[in-house]
Amino acid sequence: MASIAEAAPKPPNALAGALKEAALAAGVAGALALPLIGFHLVDVTGGVSVESRLSWVVYAMLAVFAGRFLLAITRRPAAASGHRDARRSASGKRNARLVGLVILAAVLVLPFLPFSNRYVLDTAITVLIYVMLGWGLNVVVGLAGLLDLGYVAFYAVGAYSYALLALYLQFGFWECLPLAGILAATFGVLLGFPVLRLRGDYLAIVTLGFGEMIRIVLLNWQDFTRGPNGIDSIPRPSFFGLPFREEPPEGGTSFHQFFGLEYAPEHRIVFLFYLILALALVTNWATLRLRRLPIGRAWEALREDEIACRSLGINPTNTKLSAFAIGAMFGGFAGAFFATRQGFISPESFTFMESAVILAIVVLGGMGSQLGVVVAAAFFIVLPELAREFAQFRMLLFGLAMVLIMLWRPQGLISGREPSIRLGRPADG
Amino acid sequence: MEYFLQQLINGLTLGGIYALIAIGYTMVYGIIGMINFAHGEVYMIGAFIAVIAFTALGLLGLTWVPLSLAIVLMLAIGFTAIYGWSIERVAYRPLRSAPRLAPLISAIGMSILLQNYVQVLQGAKIKTLPPMIEGGLTLMQVEGFSVRLSYLQIIILLLTVSLMAAFSVVIARTPLGRAQRACEQDRRMASLLGVDVDRTISLTFVMGAGLAAVAGVFVTLYYGVIDFFIGFLAGLKAFTAAVLGGIGSLAGAMLGGLLIGLIEAFWAGYFTVEYKDLAVFAILVIVLIFRPTGLLGQPEVEKV
Repeated sequence: MASIAEAAPKPPNALAGALKEAALAAGVAGALALPLIGFHLVDVTGGVSVESRLSWVVYAMLAVFAGRFLLAITRRPAAASGHRDARRSASGKRNARLVGLVILAAVLVLPFLPFSNRYVLDTAITVLIYVMLGWGLNVVVGLAGLLDLGYVAFYAVGAYSYALLALYLQFGFWECLPLAGILAATFGVLLGFPVLRLRGDYLAIVTLGFGEMIRIVLLNWQDFTRGPNGIDSIPRPSFFGLPFREEPPEGGTSFHQFFGLEYAPEHRIVFLFYLILALALVTNWATLRLRRLPIGRAWEALREDEIACRSLGINPTNTKLSAFAIGAMFGGFAGAFFATRQGFISPESFTFMESAVILAIVVLGGMGSQLGVVVAAAFFIVLPELAREFAQFRMLLFGLAMVLIMLWRPQGLISGREPSIRLGRPADG
Repeated sequence: MEYFLQQLINGLTLGGIYALIAIGYTMVYGIIGMINFAHGEVYMIGAFIAVIAFTALGLLGLTWVPLSLAIVLMLAIGFTAIYGWSIERVAYRPLRSAPRLAPLISAIGMSILLQNYVQVLQGAKIKTLPPMIEGGLTLMQVEGFSVRLSYLQIIILLLTVSLMAAFSVVIARTPLGRAQRACEQDRRMASLLGVDVDRTISLTFVMGAGLAAVAGVFVTLYYGVIDFFIGFLAGLKAFTAAVLGGIGSLAGAMLGGLLIGLIEAFWAGYFTVEYKDLAVFAILVIVLIFRPTGLLGQPEVEKV
């Protein structure tokens, strides 16, 4: 077994050991490849048939053999990577502020850089949406330590509340934005109430179930939400009342007319870019401020030890509910923005995959680290964009990257805020 | 009454399948305390291996159903078990002492990876298998409505029950089961007392994957339609079942699985099909409000 070969001290003849390891890995790869790579189902009329392509199994085995062999001969003795991070995090905190400012400056001038076109801006907007979602979820997961696998539910509530208010009551974006946040926060409290007594992974499954419930309702309540067809022609945002249209509505002025500019469709994109940037920065600012308030301290204390919190007079109910509500509110804002940016939403956009990606951004960013979320969000959005030409392998690579990054940096890219004093060694798991 | 009985039979069959998957979740959770998000995908792989094997055996001219069923079960269990073993070895073992959420993200990544791996290799279209086991018993016939128990349902129920019984014996009576329970209580102490923890955890994944493969074979036979995405919802429901019963408890997983199957069948039978999944999650939430550690779970006592 490969595990035994690895656990044993390196044999004197490292090459033989590496060969043995590689052979074992290739054997396992062959067994994995045989049923699913070696045979494939072909669609024929009235059912399926099977064709074999055993040569692929051999290629897979050879690839694994080579890869494992290279890994085995180049591997250094396992280093304790945890200690290195601990030492770095102290000075890293000071640098983080600087790096953050540099990134912010770069983002602020992005629309005016020579290489920025519509595609770059669109991607940047998507990244910023996920940055905002990551920061919102960070309140719940990173600060309060409540594992939420259904964060997309609040995103959906925000998006649908804007879309539905605009559809039925003709509300505009600026009226809906606060309402979307309030509604999402209400849902956060609604979800929070039944799950207050639950711990850890019980909480995870209930939040996951909650996310699915919202999606099922959106999908099936056809009279109200238009079901799987989604809602289209959601009104675009206006520049504080000035629409981005070539032909202004009756008796109104367009953005380009008001400022005496040539009409260009990019105006709206640039505006959306700054809008989401502002929303994300508000999220960041609010989170950083909340952290210093008693409520933020209570979140972090609750994350570390609930019993100690109780005995110190912190009310876990209020603390948890406020974390859920505030996290959900930011999700709702992001949702409303998403709806106005896309102009079309359907339940398709709010699947578990979204929750998983947002959670991955928070965890990869290094739970509780604001800058880490930015880096992780950029990574997770830009990577699939770069892999666009691989079309069908895109999500495959995405999953693979998720696994490899976690293996590479289990603490996240930037280790989160650790409590400054703790007794003994932290508990396992 | 007849309708009720029919839904009961359907619900038990479905519940048995969920229970088989749920056992894999609950065992892994019990022993290393992580949600194995890729377990639904393991089940999906089992189902694909079943379709491939059935079709290949059909091409080879093997048409005697009991023999081909036995061969397919063995192939599916064997190969799926290797998948289970490899997943643990590659994606979870290096993270065993990492922060709690790292293996969870790794598992979600693994789940995305496996889904797309199967999609790329086998195509995104649904795969159909012609019904292999037809016919059944008519238990009751009243005013044109007959309660039927198909042979396939009998096979599924019998095999599920015997697998669960065998499994309970393995956990309760064998050295392997003892090692698993020891690791569940205290991994470090168990290793000090000579339990090979790595091997025990690997075998737990192998066993869980084997049971998931059986569930995959059954689903293939029962519905005759699979695609690369079936693992997500089935995994989600099986995990719900494990939590409903009390995660970490073997009997709880079985009970939870049966309950979820029954809820789904009755809701679909008496109310609306669209909202059957909603009913499942709603009942989970309601149960957890009153029993925060599931139906059969031990209440967690936390010492200061």
